[in-house]
Amino acid sequence: MLSRTADSLFWLARYLERAENVARMLDVTYRMSLMPQMDGLHSSDWSSALLAAGQKAPFDLRYDEANARNVIQFLVLDAENPSSIRTCIRKARENARELPGAVTTEMWESVNDTWFAIGDLEYTDVSRNGFHKFFDLVQGRAHLFRGVTYGTMLQDDAYQFLRLGWFLERADNTARILDVNYHALLPTGGPVADTVDYHRWAALLRSVSAFKAYRRLYRQAIVPHGVAEFLMLCEDMPRSLHACYREIDSGFACLRSAYRSDLECYRLGGEIYARLKYGRIDDIFRRGLHDFLAQLVRDNETLGAEIAHDFLMEA
Amino acid sequence: MKPAFNEMLNPDGSVRAVYSDLEAWLKSTPPEVLDVRRREADLMFRRLGITFAVYGEGGDTERLIPFDIVPRVLTMAEWRRLSDGLIQRVRALNAFLFDVYHAQEIVRAGRVPESSILLNEQFRLEMHGFDPPGGLYNHVSGIDVVRVGEDEFYVLEDNIRVPSGVSYMLEDREIMMRLFPELFAAHRVAPIDRYPEELLRTLQSIAPAVDVPTVVVLTPGAFNSAYFEHSFLAEHMGVELVEGRDLFVSEGYVYMRTPEGPKRVDVIYRRIDDDFLDPLAFNPDSVLGIPGLFSVYRMGNVSLANAVGTGVADDKSIYPYVPEMIRFYLGEEPLLKNVPTYTCRNEEDRKYVLDHLDELVVKEVHGSGGYGMLIGPTSTADQIEAFRDRLTARPELFIAQPTLALSTSPTFVEQGIAPRHVDLRPFVLLGADCVRLVPGAFTRVALREGSLVVNSSQGGGTKDTWVLEDDRPC
Repeated sequence: MLSRTADSLFWLARYLERAENVARMLDVTYRMSLMPQMDGLHSSDWSSALLAAGQKAPFDLRYDEANARNVIQFLVLDAENPSSIRTCIRKARENARELPGAVTTEMWESVNDTWFAIGDLEYTDVSRNGFHKFFDLVQGRAHLFRGVTYGTMLQDDAYQFLRLGWFLERADNTARILDVNYHALLPTGGPVADTVDYHRWAALLRSVSAFKAYRRLYRQAIVPHGVAEFLMLCEDMPRSLHACYREIDSGFACLRSAYRSDLECYRLGGEIYARLKYGRIDDIFRRGLHDFLAQLVRDNETLGAEIAHDFLMEA
Repeated sequence: MKPAFNEMLNPDGSVRAVYSDLEAWLKSTPPEVLDVRRREADLMFRRLGITFAVYGEGGDTERLIPFDIVPRVLTMAEWRRLSDGLIQRVRALNAFLFDVYHAQEIVRAGRVPESSILLNEQFRLEMHGFDPPGGLYNHVSGIDVVRVGEDEFYVLEDNIRVPSGVSYMLEDREIMMRLFPELFAAHRVAPIDRYPEELLRTLQSIAPAVDVPTVVVLTPGAFNSAYFEHSFLAEHMGVELVEGRDLFVSEGYVYMRTPEGPKRVDVIYRRIDDDFLDPLAFNPDSVLGIPGLFSVYRMGNVSLANAVGTGVADDKSIYPYVPEMIRFYLGEEPLLKNVPTYTCRNEEDRKYVLDHLDELVVKEVHGSGGYGMLIGPTSTADQIEAFRDRLTARPELFIAQPTLALSTSPTFVEQGIAPRHVDLRPFVLLGADCVRLVPGAFTRVALREGSLVVNSSQGGGTKDTWVLEDDRPC
């Protein structure tokens, strides 16, 4: 396999995962915005969506008000926004196009179909049938791609680069979304009394498909502490930080047996994994959740750079 | 100009035997059904991502080459005659290239003028005296053939630099089999799907002596008009598709960058023109190439297909001498005809051409893609006069040929099934062990009524090409 192929696989997965995460987050934000609440809160939902996506600053440069229309335009359709859903799908397709042999025909067709389903949509197309339907479409396409990949692709070293891309991107998203929400809600530590806050936490869980799972696992009211633990440390939760890093570490283990065994990315990945595997939620809170998450986002980024340095085409 | 040979219908309206089943099927299938299938075919091509890039149009650079769902049919006997002629021609071209870069005996024998070699821009002095593996140059040749009668085939052009189109031959077949399985059940169509395997074996046959040679396909990149084909061939051969930036030269060998570290490359099926292969040896501005590649090639540590410098033999100014090459090197009479060609550089020929512009096809010697040519019989007086000025100003840039009545094949157009002109590009693989070709070709069809220009850049489409096995099913 070429380094450039590994590079394209890594980014193919990252872009598709990113598109899915943006759709998930906007889906929940939209849902929240429909709930009866005090005036003025509506727009802050959309602002926090921008914050969680790390897109607040570029948005403010181009748009005045963080309302539904502008934020959806920017995060979904804006061809100039490098992280909009449309751009992500376009780049995913461009990467897949560079990958003859490394992706199966079914995988290529899945990405290509997604582009044809989404590439020419305008705002009115997205709003006409309700935003939820569109976000569902994006998530459905991402599920399909993952399923097609599991079902058709050879699980060799090429597959590990897709896996690294997926989980690195997902870890970034989970950490950011938790950080932003925690910050916005300033929880007290006790059960969530306020109904608006309750719905926010519920929405956060829904955005990572974890609402019912939380209920089943914790069998108690939604406690911010519990939600944070669930999204960070629960190994069985497929979008938790712990689960993401278990996948990353296991991807590295496969590469280590095929390639050189003494690379910095293996060490750093293992270090972060250990932090999540053996960490305790009380300690994390004592030292500050925000600091922990901010550090994780930074380390995640460093790990991406190390992977590029060790295996991919460095820019 | 005599009427074009209709490959399906005889002049009396009866059906040629080879088309009989197909004709019955066309008659019994309503146009609506054909139209639905045609749309399905378009969708399949788009889903598979079989598009080609169009230069200089802005906007969407991905377009589909129109695909015609009516296959073009040849008998096995016709194919055998054709392939014998093609192999003969390809061998002679290879012998010529070896000679050009060694003793130039054909020049000394006075059969080919020295100037047409030495003054040719495609002549690579750097190749002089170099022995490529197996003495081979044009490993992959795409020979353009047109048919004008029952037994009359002419070679229109030899493409032995980086000929393209073979992926359409293969994908057109794939789509036809998905769309019309019933037709394949009723016909015994010779299979062609082993082409990538044959290409790989050809490439392996010229590898330097290593245990398991590593073969790669070198592409200019995703924006090249033939990128789909490059990726298709790499995928079907199971080898890496590389760009220049994936390769580098170190201590006399070529390596590719992989996550495991550098990996040695032994054979490069390059789909990049000579000029861009190596900025140290050729065009210094090339960003597509690999610095130092040519020196590794000359050391014999990497093989290139096709060899560097093959362009000197497929130029339109060399074309008239190919029959002479066959006689000179092989001692045989050419099996396939050359189209009579007037070289405007020669005064006598030029005079004839200028007097007969309304009957001739005039082409640029170095042109391709159907651009910059004049088709006398279908041009207006103004167009002819404008072309006359260009020709008089730079006669050495042009050759002229009589306008051939390209044969027609039934084609599904807006009015229903109608005859349209077609050409044929079979691919010949010349390996160190043997010559290989699969019974099929890339057929291009001029979709506009009366048009003789089949190039995809000018409204041409493609068709599946069938060679029917001799024995009919019982």
